[in-house]
Amino acid sequence: MAKTLFDKVWDAHIVKKVEGDQDMIYIDKHFIHEVTSPQAFAELKKRDLPIYRKENMVATPDHNVPTLNQHLPITEDLSRNQVDTLLKNCAEHNIDIYELGHENHGIVHVIGPELGITKPGMTIVCGDSHTSTHGAFGAIAFGIGTSQVAMVMASQCLLQSKPKVMRITVDGDLNPGVGAKDVILYIISKLGTGGGTGYFVEFAGSTIRQLSMEGRMTICNMSIEMGARGGMIAPDEITLEYMKGRDFAPKQEVWSDFEAYCTSLKTDEDAQFDMEYNFDAKDIAPMITYGTNPGMGIGIDEQIPSLAEVEQVDSFKKSLNYMGFEAGEKLIGKPINWVFIGSCTNSRIEDLREVAAYIKGKKKADNVNAIIVPGSRRVEQQAKEEDLHKVFEEAGFLLREPGCSACLAMNEDKIPEGEYCVSTSNRNFEGRQGKGSRTLLSSPLMAAAVAIAGEIVDYRSHLN
Amino acid sequence: MDKFKTLRSKLVHLPMHNIDTDQIIPARFLKATDRKGFGDNLFRDWRYDQNNNLIDGFPLNDPSTQSAEILVAGKNFGSGSSREHAAWAIYDYGFKVVVSTFFADIFKGNALNNGLLPVQVSQEFYEKLLDLQSKEEVELEVDLESQKISVAGKDISEQFEINPYKKKCLLNGYDDIDFLVSNKSEIEKYESTRNAFAN
Ligand code: SF4
Repeated sequence: MAKTLFDKVWDAHIVKKVEGDQDMIYIDKHFIHEVTSPQAFAELKKRDLPIYRKENMVATPDHNVPTLNQHLPITEDLSRNQVDTLLKNCAEHNIDIYELGHENHGIVHVIGPELGITKPGMTIVCGDSHTSTHGAFGAIAFGIGTSQVAMVMASQCLLQSKPKVMRITVDGDLNPGVGAKDVILYIISKLGTGGGTGYFVEFAGSTIRQLSMEGRMTICNMSIEMGARGGMIAPDEITLEYMKGRDFAPKQEVWSDFEAYCTSLKTDEDAQFDMEYNFDAKDIAPMITYGTNPGMGIGIDEQIPSLAEVEQVDSFKKSLNYMGFEAGEKLIGKPINWVFIGSCTNSRIEDLREVAAYIKGKKKADNVNAIIVPGSRRVEQQAKEEDLHKVFEEAGFLLREPGCSACLAMNEDKIPEGEYCVSTSNRNFEGRQGKGSRTLLSSPLMAAAVAIAGEIVDYRSHLN
Repeated sequence: MDKFKTLRSKLVHLPMHNIDTDQIIPARFLKATDRKGFGDNLFRDWRYDQNNNLIDGFPLNDPSTQSAEILVAGKNFGSGSSREHAAWAIYDYGFKVVVSTFFADIFKGNALNNGLLPVQVSQEFYEKLLDLQSKEEVELEVDLESQKISVAGKDISEQFEINPYKKKCLLNGYDDIDFLVSNKSEIEKYESTRNAFAN
């Protein structure tokens, strides 16, 4: 029977079928971080259970960590305690960990792919919803809760009902100044934050195929924002090219076998999906969000919908009220005092290059505080090798050290109450970047342009 | 995990749609290394103002429903982060059931793994309930065994869906860890045939 990519990978991981429609599936790689793992370690201890396959695990502290002076002890007590707890747990169970300052350290969803740990055809979980990022390689990757973290620690398996499968096809060439982030923000604005609930999504079509791995990761990263369990993209030459030579990627001797295996990881011609959507790349403009969920996005030159255009009027009003915007107005020209470039959505080298290319020779606006946080130590190093940090400095920015930072503001990097932040991260929920903060999600290019202008701009007229 | 028992209780209704996990429990309260006490910070920024005073009018602060064990909320409840702390906070606060017309996947799974029952109801049931609640004090009955939710003393009820395995777990207070660990030999057998590139 014809199978989808998702079916192929899922079926290859069924250990056994269980009553009530559940599959016991095997997990190839389990990433852990400091926030969602301590209670899982404690649970195993309480039950006197060992870690079943420590070699399938990799740990990194990312959510809580400062982005300045990482060589010094973390000053905030609770954060330090969580990071120390992770270190202690990993030492006790002999689990690989890339701690602060380690050359492999970074946001879990940035380092997995970067080190070649993430591979096509794998099952990957982490106690973090944006585990969906790894699906860009043709892996089934999804976020789990802490109870499930404990389950995987104890058995390397999970009980799961097989999700339905959706295909989203985007075809055609992207307009100038439009990138992967705009594509995914556009899709979410069309499907809504619940549009993918119950589904695993395969992204396909010529637009997706033309994207770099960085762009594909951005897309899969945010598939969770439309409610999907995860997103995936079939591996191809671009995937293989990206992986070649990475630390944990298959070695030269077996590379041709690996290539052959990857080629088999694609949806069969006549496979059926439970749901299909098609989009045309030329309909997509640079996107920005105006509300308090990622589905509330518009093209840069569009207006915020009017009350007559929305279904859930009360929630919509509450959201606009929080943001300080009016229904029906445009965003262009709104002053912005904060810009955050970072997070597992957009903190890879390609993102930093794009930002640097735009701001080179320009100066940031006086009213803007800009935080640029690389996704990993390696991204930071690479940026320095390419002298991007100098471009940033000359324009009045500072390149920080890696971590989640202002994406969820568990460290010191918080946006003050009532202030607007144009952010390359993935969530604009109330208070996400600090209590009372107001987040507008965008691409790195938009964020760079806003930092220079000090207000929301349609940067397309500034592109050469 | 505690066993789930049939319950009859008042309810707290949050009329908002798309309530995300960042509202249920803001990130700055995720720094604990144990599971205790999250209920204190449930809906923190909706419940308290800057000076840590309770905000009047927020449904959770209504003195008449302080003993409620059922939370009723708008569509797409629990979207966003995978933080299980959201389910812990709701349960720790004292709720045993969350009712919505639609739940985010990860939240639903997390709730079930912690003895918190997510009951998905039809739009029709939800609206009837709200309509009635605007007129009089309402109590809900939730019977997991027969998968039935009903308005106490009224002829308004509905069957709800639950995975039979999860139902058994909730009724008996079991969780997946026991089950998974008991399958060790099958897991080992699977591992012996695993794809070499999956390492
Ligand atoms: S960068 Fe943001 S979204 Fe990504 S893992 Fe960190 S906190 Fe989560």
